[in-house]
Amino acid sequence: MPGLGTSFGRGGATTSLQDLQNADCILIEGSNMAEAHPVGFQWVMEAKRRGATIIHVDPRFTRTSAVSDLHVPIRAGSDIAFLGGLVNQVLSNDLDFREYVVAYTNAANIIDADYQGPDDLDGLFSGFDPETGQYDPISWRYEPPEEMNEEERQRDRELREEADAAGTGQDAKRSHQAARSESHGSGGAPVNWKGLRDETLQHPRCVFQILKRHFARYTPEMVEEVCGIRPEQLHQVAEALTSNSGRERTTAFAYAVGWTHHSTGAQMIRTASILQLLLGNIGRPGGGILALRGHASIQGSTDIPTLFNILPGYLPMPLADHHQSLDEWVRADEGKAGFWGNIRSYAVSLLKSYWGDAATPENDFCFDYLPRLTGDHSTYSTVKGQIEGKVKGYFLVGENPAVGSANGKMQRLGLANLDWLVVRDLQMIESADFWKNGPEIETGELVTEDIGTEVFFMPAANHVEKAGSFTQTQRMLQWRDQAVQPPDDCQSELEFYVDLGNRIREKLAGSTDEMDRPLLDLAWDYPVDEHGEPDAEAVLREINGTGPDGAPLSSYTELKADGSTSCGCWIYCGVFADGVNQARRRKPHWEQDQVASEWGWVWPANRRILYNRASAAPDGTPWSERKRYVWWDAEQGRWTGSDVPDFVVDRAPDHVPADGAKGPDAIGGQDPFVMQTDGKGWLFAPVGVADGPLPAHYEPPESPVHNPVYAQQNNPGRKQLSTPSNPINPSFSDVFPYVFTTYRLTEHHTTGAMSRTLPYLTELQPEPFCEVSPRLAAERGLEHGEWVTIVTARTAIEARVLVTERLRSLRLGEQWVEQVGLPYHWGVNGISKGDSPNDLVNVTMDPNVSIQDKVGTCDIRPGRRPRGPELTAYVEDYRRRAGVDLDNPTDGGTDT
Amino acid sequence: MSRLSEFLSPESLWGRLDDPSQNAGYEDHPTRKGFFTDTSVCIGCKACEVACKEWNQVPDDGYLLTGMSYDNTQQLGASTWRHVAFIEQPVGAPSTGAPPTDLGMPGSKPPGWEREVTLGEDLVDGDPQGAASGDSGVRWLMSSDVCKHCTHAACLDVCPTGSLFRTEFGTVVVQEDICNGCGYCVPACPYGVIDQRKDDGRAFKCTLCYDRLKEGQTPACAQACPTESIQFGDLDELRERAAARVEQLHDQGVDVARLYGADPDDGVGGDGAFFLLLDEPEVYGLPPDPVVTTRDLGSMWRHVGAGALALAGLGAASFLGRRR
Repeated sequence: MPGLGTSFGRGGATTSLQDLQNADCILIEGSNMAEAHPVGFQWVMEAKRRGATIIHVDPRFTRTSAVSDLHVPIRAGSDIAFLGGLVNQVLSNDLDFREYVVAYTNAANIIDADYQGPDDLDGLFSGFDPETGQYDPISWRYEPPEEMNEEERQRDRELREEADAAGTGQDAKRSHQAARSESHGSGGAPVNWKGLRDETLQHPRCVFQILKRHFARYTPEMVEEVCGIRPEQLHQVAEALTSNSGRERTTAFAYAVGWTHHSTGAQMIRTASILQLLLGNIGRPGGGILALRGHASIQGSTDIPTLFNILPGYLPMPLADHHQSLDEWVRADEGKAGFWGNIRSYAVSLLKSYWGDAATPENDFCFDYLPRLTGDHSTYSTVKGQIEGKVKGYFLVGENPAVGSANGKMQRLGLANLDWLVVRDLQMIESADFWKNGPEIETGELVTEDIGTEVFFMPAANHVEKAGSFTQTQRMLQWRDQAVQPPDDCQSELEFYVDLGNRIREKLAGSTDEMDRPLLDLAWDYPVDEHGEPDAEAVLREINGTGPDGAPLSSYTELKADGSTSCGCWIYCGVFADGVNQARRRKPHWEQDQVASEWGWVWPANRRILYNRASAAPDGTPWSERKRYVWWDAEQGRWTGSDVPDFVVDRAPDHVPADGAKGPDAIGGQDPFVMQTDGKGWLFAPVGVADGPLPAHYEPPESPVHNPVYAQQNNPGRKQLSTPSNPINPSFSDVFPYVFTTYRLTEHHTTGAMSRTLPYLTELQPEPFCEVSPRLAAERGLEHGEWVTIVTARTAIEARVLVTERLRSLRLGEQWVEQVGLPYHWGVNGISKGDSPNDLVNVTMDPNVSIQDKVGTCDIRPGRRPRGPELTAYVEDYRRRAGVDLDNPTDGGTDT
Repeated sequence: MSRLSEFLSPESLWGRLDDPSQNAGYEDHPTRKGFFTDTSVCIGCKACEVACKEWNQVPDDGYLLTGMSYDNTQQLGASTWRHVAFIEQPVGAPSTGAPPTDLGMPGSKPPGWEREVTLGEDLVDGDPQGAASGDSGVRWLMSSDVCKHCTHAACLDVCPTGSLFRTEFGTVVVQEDICNGCGYCVPACPYGVIDQRKDDGRAFKCTLCYDRLKEGQTPACAQACPTESIQFGDLDELRERAAARVEQLHDQGVDVARLYGADPDDGVGGDGAFFLLLDEPEVYGLPPDPVVTTRDLGSMWRHVGAGALALAGLGAASFLGRRR
């Protein structure tokens, strides 16, 4: 989550669901919270009951809009322009919370004289390399000190060396960039020096002035032209946000995949971060940015990651060409200001938890056993590798990419080209039987007899059949006990992987091959119960970490770099404090105060609101009685309040760190963003975001609209996937004149494996459908309730159509834009079957996180789609008419 | 004979009745329980429908995409004991009168939409923001309907087997092992709630989770509701809470808020399950002024009695006449 990570220092929601009740205004954008997070939405309704203003900005009028005070229809994918318009309103009317902005953000920092923005460079930032499509961020840095000390000189050298090295190979740079930008889940991107500051905010190169200039072109008229939002609606929202921010009041933001699933997704979140910092809403009750996650433990799966480029606790995966030793691995971050400066302790403790006694200071704590990155191994690159025959085997665990990932055909072509595939799921999902049920079998593009993939389907235990923890949206770990034994052959993930590890290690036992040492030396010893199920609490204990005496640690500040401590994920250190499973605490909220800190456990250190030092003014007193949360108790010499202070607990507000102070010692008394190397919230990101230090509006890779803001049409840094199965619709094409976007329904869960298979959920939404406006229906002759066919350059699907004014026709200047809404839950298995809308989606990715853009263009026609080979011919005809070149499939006609 | 006269006592059939459990013969009984469904905070998640079916093991009701907004269960019935209605309307449409009827005619608009749409028409410029629900073009009301557990329950009055009975909690329950499938209860219900299962013939409806109540638990739907739209509790307390909520909404400018079924002097003696609505009841498919269909049962019996006597007299007279 580099959007939040680079802005604040940690890639997690800054607040909790429960705290929404304290908000005076809630802006929900990029999220259909009432439908996708109905349980968490109770706190929005509670806030509303207390008089808060609820605003929903969304392409569709949804169940969330229905209970909001204001619904603002927006063109899908244009969020940066709308939020940028709000930033402009705040800055040009001096409506920012100036005291907060000066003290707690990098508004005062002066930026390098070489920096140029999109106003100067026709939509690009300085440092762009058109060859690689990537930025060199060196000109975005804080102005170097006139007199550098030895350390600063070395940092400067390193940064230049890195930039030079990165220029030598695209793959190396890609891997480096990918690894870096996603590693800011807990610990911001390192800057080289705290930099010069002008706290009057007048210096022409200070962040505040740069920001003002940059957002000046996001006028209400421009917002209307980009988003289809009328100026009076923009003013209405600006008025609600600014009148509900400041000392006495706070505004909260909530977003979900409506922001993350874009080729500019990280920058959408950045824009919201900038706005919330300007309004002074971060670290305060009823404020913050709530990143709503899509599954029970998605936050957990980045904390203890299933991603290619990070290790537990957001430690960056080592790079093959940069990191030959432990020292080289941690050097860039070690010793920098803030808790991230202690990275060596976290890294060594992780290695100790992996390899136990085998990890010693003499062998670099087995650093050499860690795999290294040689390139981009994100999910879509992996799929491309499958199609090209480079990837031979695949594990799918609780994942159904044949339905859930963009461009389903590409996914299935990849699966069909494997040697082996392991699928662990509750149901026979489409990704497991694509070889006989997939749409490509029907069209003849794949032939069952010719598919060589050996599929191993392993039945999985469900959530009540196994113990363990979920880490949900607000970084909270909640423990589940096992209620019943799993039936038949069903196994928990834990049992499966422990068993798999045991078997592999048995096969390798006695091997003298060096290559096998990492597996043989693993600390792989878990107690099992009478059913053969490993003790999940033993794993949590390992994650929590232990000290030299084997006793559980209670805080990551206890971790050491000398190998005396072991910890599986440093940010989770404390979840087993005092030998008690803190995640299992279930004291109801009515038996404790509103923060309810005795329910579950939240990383880091059970803090519910992050950066809560900022809930007090620079002098340590609460901003107001109404918004009192954490403050400095001068008598006790400590920070105190209703939450765990997210600060060095005895650091006085007036503390100025000594020159040369390192790590946490370098945090000043007014530096609430303790994971940032300069302690400040970043309005301007001098490093850490791949596609620019500031957000800029670019059109989705497929769009009917010429970018009104800049000459640059698409995100110049976007990652493309050039393969014949991933052709892009040319933008502005009459053949594909409409915008489509995908979304969820309350009644189904993701790819439907857990809902389309259940009668009670299926009857509530029994068939795939799409939604269009009455105007679009009239234009294309679509009849309510009848079948329609939706076409892109990838494929065509069919669905029934709901004609409804919940879908709005948007007017952008002279141009009308129509949007087709597609709930994505369907596939060919289950009680309720149908074509998968994700088959329509192209793969063009955000350069920071390799997440695809879910917005595209399409055509829509009445009637059902052609069957069999006729379908391929039908789509081929569309491609021909639109001028799609399969030899150059990602050319959308926008890069001139 | 004494039971019959008690059965026919006027307050059993009609009018205000503060304690239906006592009226049904429970001497020492718990306070009357009920539901207050506050539709102003309903988010249409349908968790109540699912929770109800899970707990009560109600079968699915068929898989049909109706095209009626997001409502694919359509109405309460033998296999749908909670039903979330979705009322999707253009803002500014007539809010009173019967809800629009789908005549099944093809067209480019959903059923019930009065406005013809022409190309190029500016749909964005329109009515101002609705107060409680919606923007300049559409509003979407959601409401979870359920058996009203009437103070005067006609279904119960007409049941010949005693399958339908009044519980100690003042609720109305149908017992599936006693029901003989006669179906008298179906037309008796003024709300159209109770229904027979087609493949089986027996009648089913919400039990207000009688089994859970006996264990001191909350009914499944109320337990599952994430926004406290469905509130369960002592009926007296719920009525107070509901009155306060209406007042709060009125203070917030939501003048359209009103209670439905909360009045103990209405045609069914007040509902055990009542509602806060944001429009006229008809908009939600609820009868505006329901009356217990057995209201006139007592006078009917008296008329029948008088008629019988008259007939008997006539008969006797005719015999007398013959003798002449």
